[in-house]
Order: sequence, then structure tokens, then C-alpha cells
Amino acid sequence: MQEDEVQFLGFTKPRAVAFALLAAFIVVSPFVLYPVFLMKVYCFIIFACAYNLLLGYTGLMSFGHSAFFGAGAYLCGYTAARLGLPFEISVLAGTLSAALLGLVFGWIAIRRSGLYFAMITLALAQMTYFIALQVPFTGGEDGIQQVPRGSLLGLVDLSSDTTIYWVMAVILLGVLVFHNRIVHSPFGQVLRATRKNPERARSLGYNVDRFKLMSFVLSAALAGFAASLKTIIFGLATLTDISMVTSIEVVLSNLVGGIGTIFGPVVGSFVILSLEYYLAPYGPWVLLIQGLVFTLFVLLFRQGIVGKLQEKLRTLL
Amino acid sequence: MLDININLILGQMMLGLVNGAFYAIVSLGLAIIFGLLGVINYAHGVFFMLGAFIAYMLGETLGIGYWGALILAPLMIGVLGLFVEVLLIRHLYKLEHLYGLLLTLGLALFIEGFLRIVFGPQGLPYAIPANLRGAINLGFMYLPNYRAWVVIFGIILCLATWFIIERTPLGAKLRAATDNPQMVQSFGINVPVMLTLTYAAGVALAAAGGVMAAPLIAVDPSMGTNIVIVAFAVVVIGGMGSILGSIVTGLGLGLLEGFAKAVYPEASSTVLFLAMVIVLVLRPRGLFGKMA
Repeated sequence: MQEDEVQFLGFTKPRAVAFALLAAFIVVSPFVLYPVFLMKVYCFIIFACAYNLLLGYTGLMSFGHSAFFGAGAYLCGYTAARLGLPFEISVLAGTLSAALLGLVFGWIAIRRSGLYFAMITLALAQMTYFIALQVPFTGGEDGIQQVPRGSLLGLVDLSSDTTIYWVMAVILLGVLVFHNRIVHSPFGQVLRATRKNPERARSLGYNVDRFKLMSFVLSAALAGFAASLKTIIFGLATLTDISMVTSIEVVLSNLVGGIGTIFGPVVGSFVILSLEYYLAPYGPWVLLIQGLVFTLFVLLFRQGIVGKLQEKLRTLL
Repeated sequence: MLDININLILGQMMLGLVNGAFYAIVSLGLAIIFGLLGVINYAHGVFFMLGAFIAYMLGETLGIGYWGALILAPLMIGVLGLFVEVLLIRHLYKLEHLYGLLLTLGLALFIEGFLRIVFGPQGLPYAIPANLRGAINLGFMYLPNYRAWVVIFGIILCLATWFIIERTPLGAKLRAATDNPQMVQSFGINVPVMLTLTYAAGVALAAAGGVMAAPLIAVDPSMGTNIVIVAFAVVVIGGMGSILGSIVTGLGLGLLEGFAKAVYPEASSTVLFLAMVIVLVLRPRGLFGKMA
């Protein structure tokens, strides 16, 4: 399939329509659906976009994104709750610490490629989990609780769910524009080139490893950003944020939505979190259904929901 | 606090060797499957766990004890492995490698979820076989007979696998098929059947490990998750396609973990991964790896 003509901010016509539909949904949905649940999904969409940049466009399979999500959540929570610093600084702290961790892990993991990369990132994330379990700074099993929401630029009080919902809505739309812009920038072109044909990209003079590392750090930072927002909204950073479960969920949401599509992470996050939300009372059934979804999508719908939609509509979304 | 007590260190390292035997058994199967099928079998830990569950259920329902389970559980899991390879994994060989990992991850979640629904999350007890109770005095510690058996039998199992792959005609075919499947196929060897049998043998090995682990750790649905991640680290450290590398690294990491437990217990769960980081930085292709 050919990419349509790119317009303003890297949006093609079909994507601009999809984006407008999504914006309309974001405006209408809090009157119908539970806003706190919606915000949870929005944070997760940002996380899924971060993952998509790496897997979908750079072709790097990380199995350790919980480390960056967890680092972002803890550092943001610590900055806001223990140091008492404002909202913006806390989110920045969460984002930067995840980026820094991404730089270290990326530097280690890009020494090996393909499936080894996946195994290394998984092992590193497991190590991070054990560290988080032991150091006093994370609050162990309790996590960091009662993180204050504070206010936006000292002007808008964020303690009401309605106010923070609209702030979150704007941030989400901004991230989606950013995600699309990155993919369609010259930088994004190089990332796709390194995925499709690393030798060719290298022979054209691009330092493939450096681009991989940059993409990894960017993805980690965005994951930390998503986690920071989640921590502020829910006032909580816990071991779940940094555990395997989080990594598995983000992979699953990409697979279900459509790996390497702009709107795949949006659709995938909605599906996966809704599944989880409605199945939560049934305990281990969540695990069983998630396993089933994984298996079925790998065997039958590898292109994901948005990928399938692309085929039907004959355009890229 | 660094506290140097030779007896304590030796004792913990001896117990670490028991864990090392499990790491070696699990990562050996993982490495063989990875080498030949090009699939990271994330479900490997789940097959390890299933081995322990089958041992438990054989005991509860049919009164079959440890020794019977040690033979039956790997056979049953081996048969299950045949089905998994033929029905699921086989369809992915032509695709990007990551799909194999995603599929086996899905399978692992499904099986773990199923067992949690049936058995609940709590650990189930499994008794040490009567003829392996008691302990031997090693001078620096009393080593329970059962743990000694796990180390010895684990090493025998690993060396037998190594021998089959490196020193027999069957193993030669396997190694050839890893290098160049088309060529081996053109010699009239049925490569797809070899892939199926390799997968079955690999997971059967994991199940044997699970049976051996049942009397030592409570049998519960999540017991495979941690060990498979350690096994990934072992495969990364051991290096590409090195059978002996997996065995030596598995045992070595067990010893290292035991040493850490004696000297600085807080680090015992992270030291394995730290070892992986150091190896990756100093020798990216792994300790025993040929060329990445």
C-alpha cells in the first residue's frame, strides 16, 4: 500500500479524518463512560505509542518496557509526594529518569540483535523489578501512595476529575500528533530504513546502532511520561507498574491494535484495558483470556485490528 | 555487611548448585529449541511448572509416586509438545521471529491462567521420596540427600543431552539441520519431523526439571515464570548455539547466586542479571558463543 500525500504535521487525509473522529470521541465519551477509566486508557495509549515507535517502526522487540514505565512512575511519585515539587517538575523527573534508564539499557541491549534483544531487555526489566522490591525508596509492597495532583502551572487546580480529564485529553492528542510527526520525519524514515534493511542504511552512511539507541531512549522517555501522568492521576506508584504484567500488556495492545500503524496503539489499548476492566472480578480469567487473545492474534490476525481496517479501506491509518 | 564465613559460603554455594542444576536443565532445552527452530520458547517455564503439577496430580489421583512421575511427566509433556509444535508453532517458521515469542507467551499465559482457575494461587505440597530422605555430612554442612540427588541427576541429564547432540549420528543430523535445513532436507532427512521431535524433547526436559523441583519448592502456577527469565539470561551469557555453554553457565549462575546469598543476601536475586550485563559489555557474543 502506498502512503497518501502527506499534509499538515505529517497527516494524510485518512489519518486526519481518523484523528478528528478520535478527538470527537474524547470530547463526548466522559459524558457516557467513567472518566477515570478513560484517563487510565489514555495514559496507556501514550505508553503503547512509545512501544510502537520502537517495535513498529524501528523493529526492536523490547520485553522490558515495564522497567521504564516503573521508573517513571516511582520517580514522578517520589518527586511529587516526598519532595513536594509541583506537577510539571514531577512529570519531567519521571520522564527524564525513564530516558536515562533507557539510555543505559539500550546501550547494553543493542549489542545483540533480534530475539537476543528481547531476552536481554526482559532480563534487565526483571532485575529492575527485584531492585524496586528491595530498596526503601519505592515503598516496597505499599508503593508510593497519596501522590498529590497539584496544579497546572500553579493556575489550574487538578484535584477534580473533570479538570484533569481535559488536561489529559489535550496531552493525549498532543502525543498522537507527536507520534505521527516522528514517524513521518526524516528521523522516522531512517528508523524504518534500519528496520527494513540495516545493511543498506549502513551503506548509505547512517550509524544504525546510534539510531536504534536514539529510538530506544525516545521510547523509554515517552513510557516514563505516560507512567508519570498515570501516577499523578491515580496518586499511586506500585510494584505492578514495574512488573512483567505491564510489559506484557503493552506488547499485547500493540499486537491487537496493529504493530506499526499510527492508530493501532489507540485501538489496542482500548481493547486490552476494557477486557481487563470487565474481567477483573474473575481473577485469573484475565490471564487465560489474554493468553487466548495473544495466540489467536498471532495465528490469525497478525496485522491487528487497524491493520485489517487498512486492508479493507485500502489506505494507511 | 560483608561477613566472611567459609562454611556458610560453601554451604550456600552447595545449595546454589541445586538451583544451578534447574537453570541448566531449563536453559539447555531452551537453547536447543532456539538453535534449531529459531523460536524463543517463552512457554518453557510453563512446561517446567506443568511437570511439577503432573507429579502432584499423579500422586493425588493415581497414587503414583516420585519415581513414576519422573518418567511419566516428561513423556506426557513431550506428547503435549508434539501437539503444540504441529498445531501452533509450525505455522510461524516463515514469519518474523518475534511471532514465535509472542505465540509461546500467549500459550504460557493461557496455561498459567487455566491452572490458577483450577488450583488457585497457593502452593501445593509434594513430599520428598522416602528413599531420598535424610542428609549427608559434608564437613562444612549437612546436605539433604534429595538435594544431592537433584545436583547429580541434573548434571547427568545435561551431559546425556550434550552427548546425544554432540557425539551421536542423530545429534550430527540435528546440528546439520540447525546450520542448513535446506541442504539436510535435500539429503532425504525429514527436517519438519526433526523440528517437532526437538521441541518435544526440549519441553520434556523442562518437565523432568519440574518434577525434580516439586519436592523443593511449593508447586504453584507461577513457579515457571521466574526460572524462564533466568534461563533467558543463561542463554544470553552462554552464547549462541552452545550446548555446553548453557550447562556450564546454568550451574555457574547457581553457584554465584549461592555465593551472593552468603555474602550479601540483598543482591542474590539481582546478581544473575548483573552477570549478564557484565558479560554483554565485555564480550557481547557470550562466553561460549562462536559468532553472533
